[in-house]
Parts: sequence; C-alpha cells; structure tokens
Amino acid sequence: MSGAALRLDDVACLRGGRMLFRGITLTIAPGGSALLTGPNGVGKSSLLRICAGLLPIFAGTMTREGGVALADERLALDMELPLAKALDFWARIDRAKDSAVDDALGAMALKPIADVPVRMLSTGQRKRAMLARVIASGAGIWLLDEPGNGLDSASLALLGGAVAAHLAGGGIVVAASHQPLPLAAPVMLELTDHQAVEAA
Amino acid sequence: MLWLLASRDLASAWRSAGLWLPVAFLLLVASLYPFAVGPDAVLLARTGGGMLWIAALLASLLPVDRLIAPDRDAGVLDQIALRGIGEEMVVLARLIAHWLGFGPPLMIATLPAAALLKLDSGTILMLEAGLLIGTPALAALGLLVATLTAGLRSSGALAGLLAMPLAVPLLIFGAGTLGDGSGAALKFLGAASLLLVAITPFAGGAAIRAGRE
Repeated sequence: MSGAALRLDDVACLRGGRMLFRGITLTIAPGGSALLTGPNGVGKSSLLRICAGLLPIFAGTMTREGGVALADERLALDMELPLAKALDFWARIDRAKDSAVDDALGAMALKPIADVPVRMLSTGQRKRAMLARVIASGAGIWLLDEPGNGLDSASLALLGGAVAAHLAGGGIVVAASHQPLPLAAPVMLELTDHQAVEAA
Repeated sequence: MLWLLASRDLASAWRSAGLWLPVAFLLLVASLYPFAVGPDAVLLARTGGGMLWIAALLASLLPVDRLIAPDRDAGVLDQIALRGIGEEMVVLARLIAHWLGFGPPLMIATLPAAALLKLDSGTILMLEAGLLIGTPALAALGLLVATLTAGLRSSGALAGLLAMPLAVPLLIFGAGTLGDGSGAALKFLGAASLLLVAITPFAGGAAIRAGRE
C-alpha cells in the first residue's frame, strides 16, 4: 500500500442548493492521517464521500493515489450470509490475498462469530464487521465515518491497533469523529471554520 | 468480475425466494383464467396464448422492488463504485442474473400453464420461442425501471406505470407470433428485445449515478 496519497485543493461542496463548506485544502502523505471535526450537519460525511469520489465536487480538485475503502453508516454486507462469506465477496472483488479476510476477522476479534449470519450481529459487532471489510480490502486510503460509534472500550483499542498498523504500513486514514480516536498526530480539520458565510 | 457480481445477485435472489414469485403468478393466472371464461376448450386454446403473454409481462414486474433498491440502501452499490467498477457493469451483471432467475423458470412454468389452457403443441412451441426471445427484454425492462425508481416512495406502483407503455411492443409482437405471420412478429420481437437489452446497461447505469446523493 505504499504510494497512497490524498490531496484536496480548495474544495467546496454544494448540497441541496446550500454551500456546506468551502476552501478545504488538505494534503496527506503516506502514513499520514486527518481527523474531521465539527457539529452534526457540517458536512463531515459529505467530505468523506467527496474523498471517495462518490459526490461531485462543486469547486476545487481532489486527487488521490491508491485504492480507497469507506466505512460509513451502511454495512454493505449480505444479511443472510455468514460473516466470513459476506466479507469474502468483497475480498474477491478486491482480489485480496487469501488470508485477508481471516486476518481482518482476527484484527477485529470476530473469529468466534465468523459463521454467524450478518443479520444476527449486534450493533457493535456490525461496526466491527464493517471495519473488518475495510481492513480486508487492502486499500491504501481508509475513510472512516464515526468509526468509534457503538464500540466498547476493548473494540476501540482494536480499532486503534488496526489504524496504527495501517499508518505504519504507509496507509492513509481520514476519519470523521466526535470521539477521541487513537490517531498519531493527525491533521485536525474543523469544518465549522470553513462554513460558507450566509449572504445577508 | 462480471461473473462474480452476477453470481452474487443470483444467489441473493435464490435466498430471498424471489425466483418463485413470477412462476407462481403465471400458474395462478393460468389456473384462474378457465374459471373466468368458462371451460370451453376451443375458446381457451384460441385466447390462452395471448393471456399467457399478459401474465408473463405482469410477472416481470413482481421482482422490480428487490432488484436495485435493497443494495442501494445497504450501500453495496457505493462500495462497488469505490472499487472503480462502472455502474454499466453492475447493471449488465444484474441483467444476466435477473434473466437467469426469471426467463428459464417462466418458460418451464409455461408448460403446465399451457396444459391447463389446452393449447396445441404448435402454439406451445411458438409461445416458448417467443418467450425465449422476449424474456430478456422483459427482464431488461424490469431492471431499467428498478434503477429509475430506486429510492422513491411507492416505487412499485410507479414502476408498473413506467414499464407498461414500454412493454406494449413486446406484448404486440409476442402475442403476434401466435397468429398468422408469426415469422415477421418473431423478428420484430427479436429487434425490440435487442434494443432493450442493449440500452439497459447504459440507461440503468446513468440512473444509478444520477440517484446517488
């Protein structure tokens, strides 16, 4: 995953006729991370979706190198399948190596429930399953939307370990969170500072 | 990649038992029809083929609400897009999977349905040939309106309204194969089917992109 890079240059986002934010400039090198903060509705998720290439940019440019993995509020795993099989579908799409799903399940302490159908999982287990999907993807850029939501302290430590390992391997993490996340020296981006001034 | 996506779609259709719905619908209509028009074998044989075409067309609308909307809501479509796979590829894979789960079962169900209506063997042969050519178009049409209506409220009713006018040529040429001049009708059916199958991946892909917010 060496060579991952993410660069935002004077990005503005317009949604539903409203300017959410503008003037976002951000450069993240391999091993770097960014933490997006701000109150609800300020555009943290929208900025992550812009980084993922799922939302059009109103102004400015976004360039990135390396694959990208997104964990938002939606699980995107087949509810009827056992957890390991559901993760395996994405691993095959990603052409990840054979042990990727197994390693990701181990990293999120999900191995004991690998055979349980996804629909039976609890909220915290689903969140960990989603993080396991991100880990197994082998993508260089992780976009995490409120990754700590619904996780207990033991799971938060697992998340911190996975993120640290990813950064140490030259990956990039961009997270939106209102909780303290165990990121080493992240670029802090307070979106309220970039809110467009309403025309009087 | 195409096969990976298509096999997942087919497997999830199988698990949700959605494959039986069109088959059960066709058989139900075929068994109710004689009660409505009376047990006149000549009348049934004359009108039964066209009636089965109507039933096949309506059956194609039944699975519309589970073709795209669940995966869109679960974030699966976004996750596929993240990996740089085009929406056209997604729709093409889904079209293949949807036809495999819809066309052949419907053609098999047509055999007992035709027996219920006392259709002769020549009519059954033309009916099956017409369905072989026409069901890809019905599958494509269902998928197309599914991409257009995904995320809207009461999408099922809207899908029916959108699909019906577009399905009229299929019905005309499909039922036309059972009468005189069946060769020409088969060719027109094939042309209509080709057109729908060819435009669905592109139109459906564009609809998914436009529906992303």
